[in-house]
Amino acid sequence: MSIPGHEKQWDKEEKEHRKYQDIRIFTDEQLKNYTEDELKKYKCKHDISNLEQLESGPWPSFVSDLKREAVHRHKVGQDNLMIPADIVDDLLGIVELSYKEGETHWKHGGIVGVLGYGGGIVGRYNDQQAKFPNIAHFHTIRVNQPGAKFYTTDWLRGFCDIAEYRGSGLTNLHGSTGDLVILGSFSDQLEPLFFDLTHDLGVDLGGSGGNLRTPSDCIGKARCEFACYDTMALCYDLTMTYQDELHRPAFPYKFKFKFDGCPNGCTASIARSDMSYIGTWKDDIRINQDACKAYAAGEIPADGGGFAGRDWGKFDIQAEVINLCPTQCMKWDGKKMSINNAECNRCMHCIDTMPEALMVGKDQGLSILFGAKAPILEGAQMSCMTIPFMYANAPFTSIKGVVGKVFDWWIEEGKNRERIGETIQRVSLKTFIEVLGIPPMPQMVKEPRSNPYVFFKESEVPGGWDRDINDYRNRHPR
Amino acid sequence: MSKGKLGYFNPQKPQEGRITDIGPCNYGQMLPPVIRRNYGKWTSHRILEPGLLVHVSETGEKAFTVRAAAPRLISVEHIREICDIADKHCNGYVRFTTRNNIEFILEDEAKAKALKKELDSKKHVGGSFKFPTGGTGMGMSNIVHTQGWVHCHTPATDASGPVKATADVLFDEFKNMRLPAKLRIALACCLNMCGAVHCSDIALLGYHRKPPAIDHEVLGKVCEIPLVVAACPLYAIKPITTEDGKKSVTVNNEKCMYCGNCYTMCLGLPLADKEGDGIAILVGGKISNRISMPKFSKVIIPWLPNNTPRWPEVTNVVKKIVEVWSKDANKYERLGDWAGRIGWEKFFEKTGIPFTEKSLDDYRLSVDTYRTSTQFKYTEHAWAVSKAVNGI
Repeated sequence: MSIPGHEKQWDKEEKEHRKYQDIRIFTDEQLKNYTEDELKKYKCKHDISNLEQLESGPWPSFVSDLKREAVHRHKVGQDNLMIPADIVDDLLGIVELSYKEGETHWKHGGIVGVLGYGGGIVGRYNDQQAKFPNIAHFHTIRVNQPGAKFYTTDWLRGFCDIAEYRGSGLTNLHGSTGDLVILGSFSDQLEPLFFDLTHDLGVDLGGSGGNLRTPSDCIGKARCEFACYDTMALCYDLTMTYQDELHRPAFPYKFKFKFDGCPNGCTASIARSDMSYIGTWKDDIRINQDACKAYAAGEIPADGGGFAGRDWGKFDIQAEVINLCPTQCMKWDGKKMSINNAECNRCMHCIDTMPEALMVGKDQGLSILFGAKAPILEGAQMSCMTIPFMYANAPFTSIKGVVGKVFDWWIEEGKNRERIGETIQRVSLKTFIEVLGIPPMPQMVKEPRSNPYVFFKESEVPGGWDRDINDYRNRHPR
Repeated sequence: MSKGKLGYFNPQKPQEGRITDIGPCNYGQMLPPVIRRNYGKWTSHRILEPGLLVHVSETGEKAFTVRAAAPRLISVEHIREICDIADKHCNGYVRFTTRNNIEFILEDEAKAKALKKELDSKKHVGGSFKFPTGGTGMGMSNIVHTQGWVHCHTPATDASGPVKATADVLFDEFKNMRLPAKLRIALACCLNMCGAVHCSDIALLGYHRKPPAIDHEVLGKVCEIPLVVAACPLYAIKPITTEDGKKSVTVNNEKCMYCGNCYTMCLGLPLADKEGDGIAILVGGKISNRISMPKFSKVIIPWLPNNTPRWPEVTNVVKKIVEVWSKDANKYERLGDWAGRIGWEKFFEKTGIPFTEKSLDDYRLSVDTYRTSTQFKYTEHAWAVSKAVNGI
């Protein structure tokens, strides 16, 4: 639990840790209350013939899963649920209607939430209330996931109980931004749900609306040799530091932090976060020459064995690593690997291909890029390289200094529903780097501008812009 | 946790006992012991077989990870079954990946293989696998997606359905590692892209084709008209007073690109339409910096119909693209890198996807996509142009 002093409340390796038994809502009898035969016999009260077609095929069927939840809720019974026992049946029914009609039946969100928060819950109602009364409300509760989405089953079972008791029993693991999502709650259940989330599960809501959205991270140093900084530590620290910004919308629009441990970018921060933190290093790639020879001899498979499903022939370091290096900064003479690290742009290809021979450098930190977003409104953008390297060690004071400048400026300058990438585009990168107090660098651009329409400040041009036309005419008669 | 309608919440004293701003659970308490002991000490990894990874630490310890698919929209009954498996095999620890896969981490290879076998044996009564393992190496990982008709007010298509249909068609690529490079597919059910799909190898994107219908009855009453007007990126919306005196707006249908931003601002301007809505396909994007820089996906098919429940037009195209790329690309070549190398004219030729006038960008900065070079390859598309001007 994140209340100071309670960080290890759910830690199974600690004595006196909290268990599922301590907070559970349902009994074992209520949980294991249906047979496979009953699942097979289940018939939804609405026609769902289109959806049932999606039960066939090998990929896990969400329809089969929804039907299971429907059976379970029926057997638990309405007396033991705060949300309609038939909610899943009605959900299946309304989705089937969309499958027949080709149009959604969900209405614009209403404003719902818990006291003191402006985000975290998204109101949802449908336009077929008479036909599907059990989904009259179907609100979404965003719950802030733990770092890299690691869980103990004790905690997760507790989450399941409340998501079923005060929600529809349907979830997203996880929402696109990273939250645990409880689907299908009703307005009167939001406060009691929030109370138990905070008190018993020790977890808070995520973001929605014009606020800091729930930050998310890759697995980082927990289980990856490529990670150049502790993504989980930084993600957690910044999430805790900016709780106010996360819960109380004060921004022009959404703002996302995402944390990738290396340029492979498993969390896609460069494509989908306003402020992308991507791990990198500034010394030399570490080389294990013996392992290089083992790769050359075919003793270690390329990419950790990721190509094993097809016969690509014998691994060829020259063709597959040296020649594919985008900066041509590597050499292999048959015995020795050498890298001109000053020319390396850290694309990760050689390290990805030969992870047992090559490692990221030891002098590690992160780059910060700004401005990624999906197409609405001004077209999709990827994040722009802005800060090439920063150390990322707790308490992350310098990083927070950058965040503070960005928030202060964007809250003032950003227009309604304008992502920071669009604000930067509107006022120019030049203005943005002035805000950050950083000098321009060629790494910020793919290539220098090709148009010469350069804006100068009046102070940069001797004599300024106020000119005497008569003086000009003295030199240049009409 | 509490029971009853109000639980522990007292509406008379709503601040009593309230806890706020505590953030997420601290990740440290959720980590399996083998992860804690080797945090920051990992030196390398291998993929032993599809869906089974081993990470090796400088301490000599190994962590074996079994990866299985999940459909993202999952019930608590499904999660409880995941917990049962994690209790039985992983001492009560489990994690999820950014692409909605489930990961079970173990310390013993034989036990990991046994778990993998167990996961692959579990099926829903409807017939599909519950926890198929795979999604590693040069294969297809899970398809990330949005809410669609299950829960969203702006979709132009469903999400879970077309993803299920596509993943069924490409199931073997999830189970194997036989592609030239990683394959990342994503679906967003409208341009808002709450799942950012715009840098995926293959992106399926819900797309409306009709301007909004205008609900004059409510528009002026429930919407801030200046905000609605300002919401349009193409300045197609103007304020009007209707003949019967209602404050409302008009939409210049010629200018509208159906983005739906006005509908997000105002419920009086719905876009959803059975005939209008469908799926656009974009390909060739990536987010990794490996070899080439991250790339946007490019529109190769502007629209295909929502042919429920299986979207065959969409899945046929996706399957074809993957087959052609898989056969033609060099080792390590992502879909976009391959298309860039052979030339996009060859991409259209090899896949048989028609290149239409809609493939020519006519939005802002479209000039950046025009080819200003004599470097091209001859395909039937080129001969058709030559013939059209009686050049040959």
